[in-house]
Amino acid sequence: MTCWGVGVSAVPKARVIPIDSRKRLEEVPPADLAESGPGWDERVASAVGFLRRRITGDYEVDEFGFDPELTDSVLMAPLRPLFHSWFRVEVRGLENVPADGGALVVANHSGTVALDALMTQLALLDEHPAHRHLRMLGADLVFRTPFVGELSRKAGHTLACNPDAERLLRRGELVGVWPEGFKGIGKPFSERYKLQRFGRGGFVAAALRTSSPIIPTAIVGAEETYPMLANASWVARVLGLPYFPLTPTFPWLGPLGMVPLPSKWIIEFGEPIRTDALDPAIADDPMTVFDLTDQVRETIQQSLYQLLVSRRSVFGD
Amino acid sequence: MGRVILVTGASRHLGGTLARRLAELPDVDRVVGVDVVPPSHDLGLADFVRADIRNPVIGHVMSSSDIDTVVHMGVIATPRQAGGRSVMKEINVIGTMQLLAACQKSSTMRKLVVKSSTSVYGAGPRDPAMFSEGMDPRDAPRSGWAKDNVEVEGYVRGFSRRRPDVTVTTLRLANIIGPRITTVMTDYFSLPVVPTVLGHDARLQFVHEDDSIDAIIRASVEDVPGTFNVSGDGVLMLSQAIRRAGRITLPIAAPLIPAVGRMTRQMGVADFSSEQVRYLTWGRVVDTTRMRSKLEFEPAFSTLEAFDDFVAARGLNSMLPRERVAAIEATVVDLLGRGGERSA
Repeated sequence: MTCWGVGVSAVPKARVIPIDSRKRLEEVPPADLAESGPGWDERVASAVGFLRRRITGDYEVDEFGFDPELTDSVLMAPLRPLFHSWFRVEVRGLENVPADGGALVVANHSGTVALDALMTQLALLDEHPAHRHLRMLGADLVFRTPFVGELSRKAGHTLACNPDAERLLRRGELVGVWPEGFKGIGKPFSERYKLQRFGRGGFVAAALRTSSPIIPTAIVGAEETYPMLANASWVARVLGLPYFPLTPTFPWLGPLGMVPLPSKWIIEFGEPIRTDALDPAIADDPMTVFDLTDQVRETIQQSLYQLLVSRRSVFGD
Repeated sequence: MGRVILVTGASRHLGGTLARRLAELPDVDRVVGVDVVPPSHDLGLADFVRADIRNPVIGHVMSSSDIDTVVHMGVIATPRQAGGRSVMKEINVIGTMQLLAACQKSSTMRKLVVKSSTSVYGAGPRDPAMFSEGMDPRDAPRSGWAKDNVEVEGYVRGFSRRRPDVTVTTLRLANIIGPRITTVMTDYFSLPVVPTVLGHDARLQFVHEDDSIDAIIRASVEDVPGTFNVSGDGVLMLSQAIRRAGRITLPIAAPLIPAVGRMTRQMGVADFSSEQVRYLTWGRVVDTTRMRSKLEFEPAFSTLEAFDDFVAARGLNSMLPRERVAAIEATVVDLLGRGGERSA
């Protein structure tokens, strides 16, 4: 988003003016002002409008509870500085993600908390030319947890189950799935970039039934955000969590230990694996589903190795 | 010869309106409304028989008037209406058994329409985003009205196996809302301060009372066997609904809910069953594709329109109407605009 100041500095006349906002306004004719992106009053007006819609409940959510307005302007806002300045995420292969229609993004999962999923969602929303919303499938623990579950639904995520996945794909949505689940994000640092088991292949069956392409996606960098040295399993049991991470900083430094390490990230969307040439009924054939699951898994693992080989350092550009 | 229709639960708002509307149809000869208590409002052309469906009297009513269609509206949703939960359960479950026993004996009977509820799907964190008719609940209701509906549907399935010649239609209605009807949900949204579950925002669906009547009439007049979800289009978040009703939200942490529920019940303000709390925590959305394709029913009100109709009729949102907020917004923007001009 271009802010007002940046826009005005492009006007030749304004360049010589000192940094006094009032003087700038005097020098720039109103016509130029309008061309130079939204002015501050317009921005305030849109913020007031947003506030009015929220206060009076004048907005729409879909059947999954997805609230696009809230997601774009509020929920994604704190992630943007993380994306650009902290992780300096480099997005590759966006041309492999279709501009419309259903498709299934399948990626590796890592990094103790599911930041990788959120960064992928933001990458597709901000960087993809069609600004696509990634509808992610999450574990039931996500939706059981207060606040987390509520915000997840509002951000467009839904429960990882076949009816939901197929419904979204049939509606032409871009669906994101992390088939390793907690096994992926909760694995020790020593096993970084080694893909875990890919569930029961339910996502492949969903893609087959709806003839949607599968986009194997490799994410590098997330593993180093919270290197999990050990798992305090008894704490996890007490808290009812799948694991309780012990990292070099957490929980020793308290809240400060929750700051992720600033690793450099690459998200690479691979070439789509098409399923439209296959008979949808094949989704009920376990052997085909297993084979295709393995193919997706192998593709992601290979891309991970390639990206790791070409990566010069973990934290530097 | 025209149709002769029996409507149970005719003394209550929905059953009474349905009986009156059915009696006005040209190819209907007679409508017999049945209930335990006398009707509180006009049934129009429909007759009323005061009978308790919990005892075999209902069989005599059926055989003496050659009933061919039975519309079962007699499943009561609120214990307060019935006079306690045990009476409510007896009317709902035993009443349905007696009614179906009488139906099974009847030689003139050829159609049964049952008003059920989407509450049979339960509500929980493991639910799919939308339930279609063929899906089983992940967290089946364990108590209250929802459980009664599950049991009623079970007996109805048994009946349709024993009488395959009778067309059986079960309508699972979403929460009914509108300007006149009183339900647990309308009571809830009429509270000055609306308690919610902290950290959760349920997805709600409503069907307008007029639409629910129209859907039941369609099922009673046409031959459409099967089970159908009936709801208005779209979804309303609980927080959004409370804001549209101009109420104040009071989020309560989940562990404290039972105590608060007991308190409001004792004060007679509102009655929160554990089923309702589950619904207000997790919400529930149903797929209405079959309602459109097979029942060929198109609701006139969306979820949002139905809710707004309720809010407008009750005059709920008098504190912060949308028009006033919009006017405030216009003033603010206008002031800002003028401020900008002045500084320019």
